[in-house]
Amino acid sequence: MNLLGKLDWSAIPLDQPIIMGATGGMVLVIAVVLGWITLKGYVPYLWHEWITSVDHKRIGIMYIILALIMLLRGFADALMMRGQQAVAAGGAQGYLPPEHFDQIFSAHGTIMIFFMAMPFVIGMMNFAVPLQLGVRDMAFPTLNSVALGLTASGILLTNVSLGVGEFAKTGWVAYPPLSELQYSPGVGVDYYLWALQISGVGTLMTGINFVATILKTRAPGMSLMRMPVFCWTSLAANLLIVAAFPVLTATFAMLLLDRYLGFHFFTTDAGGNPMMYINLFWVWGHPEVYILVLPAFGIFSEVVSTFSGKPLFGYRSMVAATMAICVLSFFVWLHHFFTMGASANVNGFFGVMTMIIAVPTGVKVFNWLFTMYGGRIRFTVPILWSIGFMVTFVIGGMTGVLMAVPPADFQLHNSLFLIAHFHNVIIGGTVFGLMAGYNYWFPKAFGFKLDERWGRVSFWCWLIGFYVAFMPLYALGLMGMTRRMQHYDVASWQPWLVVAAVGVAIILVGIVAQVIQLVVSIRNREQLKVTADPWNGRTLEWATASPPPAWNFAALPQVADLDALWNRKQRERTQQTQAPKDRKFDPIEMPKNSATGFITAFFAVVTGFAMIWHIWWMAGLGAIGIFLTMLAFAFRDEEEVEIPAEQIARFEQAHQAEITA
Amino acid sequence: MTDMQYDRAPGDASALPDVEQGTSSGLLVYTIGLALAVVLTAMSFWVANTSLLWIGGVSLGLTVLAIAQMGIHLVFFLHVTTGPDNTNNVMALAFGVLIVVLVVVGSLLIMADLNDNMMLPAELMNLHMQR
Repeated sequence: MNLLGKLDWSAIPLDQPIIMGATGGMVLVIAVVLGWITLKGYVPYLWHEWITSVDHKRIGIMYIILALIMLLRGFADALMMRGQQAVAAGGAQGYLPPEHFDQIFSAHGTIMIFFMAMPFVIGMMNFAVPLQLGVRDMAFPTLNSVALGLTASGILLTNVSLGVGEFAKTGWVAYPPLSELQYSPGVGVDYYLWALQISGVGTLMTGINFVATILKTRAPGMSLMRMPVFCWTSLAANLLIVAAFPVLTATFAMLLLDRYLGFHFFTTDAGGNPMMYINLFWVWGHPEVYILVLPAFGIFSEVVSTFSGKPLFGYRSMVAATMAICVLSFFVWLHHFFTMGASANVNGFFGVMTMIIAVPTGVKVFNWLFTMYGGRIRFTVPILWSIGFMVTFVIGGMTGVLMAVPPADFQLHNSLFLIAHFHNVIIGGTVFGLMAGYNYWFPKAFGFKLDERWGRVSFWCWLIGFYVAFMPLYALGLMGMTRRMQHYDVASWQPWLVVAAVGVAIILVGIVAQVIQLVVSIRNREQLKVTADPWNGRTLEWATASPPPAWNFAALPQVADLDALWNRKQRERTQQTQAPKDRKFDPIEMPKNSATGFITAFFAVVTGFAMIWHIWWMAGLGAIGIFLTMLAFAFRDEEEVEIPAEQIARFEQAHQAEITA
Repeated sequence: MTDMQYDRAPGDASALPDVEQGTSSGLLVYTIGLALAVVLTAMSFWVANTSLLWIGGVSLGLTVLAIAQMGIHLVFFLHVTTGPDNTNNVMALAFGVLIVVLVVVGSLLIMADLNDNMMLPAELMNLHMQR
């Protein structure tokens, strides 16, 4: 028996200059960063304050850092694809051979959905939801840290596939029979499956954690109908996670059984049925797009209402629309395979359901418009992203309704029209929302604002770049160009693809501007410093210091109405009440830091890597490691530390002095 | 949404007397639950092996007993009741049942429809005959 399974030196593609260059660059950057951290002596700080932290704010920030790094990786893939398609016309083959191009579009989709958008959304929820609910942490703090670890494990495995072995060449959906062993004998699909299985378990843990947190731990007096809309959309998104992700895990488990143990769930022979995979994949896949976009809707609601200086128009209709989308999103999945053999009646039903789900979304758009109507709008960076979203997302939504008509879908299915549509809603909806949230909550997380000027540059480059990059794809789709083409013969497509490549270059400028914005803001942090409430906010996260202390609130806020902080500020203004000078503070119990998440993640990577390369003994060791880590955690002696009242009092006095100064 | 009576936020004092809250736990409840579950299980074995029932009624009887068994588990072990402090659990259960039914029934219908629609006529199935 070979001790290293399928792994040997031929796994590393030494003959591919592009791949080796990228891998070398990545290894170099990681080595430099790790070396710098070690030399500066930051390792103990990172270990005690971040890696083992179970503080929801820190975990949220780490999720977002992961997401931003993966945004760069996924965007690099996008640049390469646009570059390839801009040149590979007529007889030209471009610079990417087909097997490499196939890996790039698969990695781009997988990374952008699972390892950019998901961690970004989860990071936002992690940071903001407990603060908005007025509580001190999540319902299960250590589970939160384990979930982060598992997401990071999936990301690590995906990136390892760049240098060791290969990534899937099947597209991000990995449809069988192409993804079966017979047609994809390499390790690419295994990398895809194990990375997503591991991170999927993490996502499910996050979902359970948030549902429990939102339903069970809220500040005294905060009934469900007094929750900020972002908490509502987070609740809906996490209910969807809990309902949908097990389907994905089960589907991938069946595909793994096919690939590893010769089962016949999705094979074309021996009674298997590939359509079952496609069916189950989209049972997860359609709720997934709402998992991504609902929290973004929540962010827009907060941003629009804050910067218009008005309560959100139609709070109840917003909640109702959110929950309607939550349920309806499970009625539409067949529209992803209208063309794959269903009868007219079935297609008709799912087409109508798809159009119906646009109604609650329309309700939301009108609510935002009416919130802004008559408001005194402050044009900060977050509201720019929100307005950009409203225009862009409505266009994307309407092309979606177009494709919901089954006969039209027969023309548009798998064409670049589809690609343009879903980038239109995912970039215009989720990414713009996340950028709005990033600019909105950054001062809360770090105590200083992001630079406005570079923020505007970044916004305009993203917005213009988006239109220049994706509007040509609508035209190309109508001209008949299908997705995932490494080269093409139709010369008249080329001008459009050159324009699209220019658009991506403009987005690149936007991303560079964002990096500059971050660097400039950190350098000018003294001038950009803020206290608790820089935006004149309405919800409870702005009631505590920026950055908030580990315990969030010295005393849990009492909530009497919607927009709790806004109303409290109004009352204080009218009644001239001052907080008593010598407040008494009670000691606070906080969950203790735990290395469980990090150690679990380590063993998860070991197990995943071993399974991919068929190194059975190592997979067994990894699994035992995870089990022992869980056991050790279950037998821990103390789970909480007490923060003494003096420390809280000191912090609060310093904070008060800062506000009055 | 006007009836906010039972939408109690965590940390608020309970509107219900303690006695009423304690009814669904405790040793007695578990014992009753266990007894009922055992009786239902025994009955299913009896139904499967008896010749007293009409043969077509056996599967029907087993289905009824299985559903009753689920009910017993929900009420006595998982403490899902109709009480006002139990809204979350009931809603979660309802949502879960809805999604599971949707996915299972939807998948079965869709796959059956695909099979009906895509199955080639017998003479076309044999590709050798086409020449």
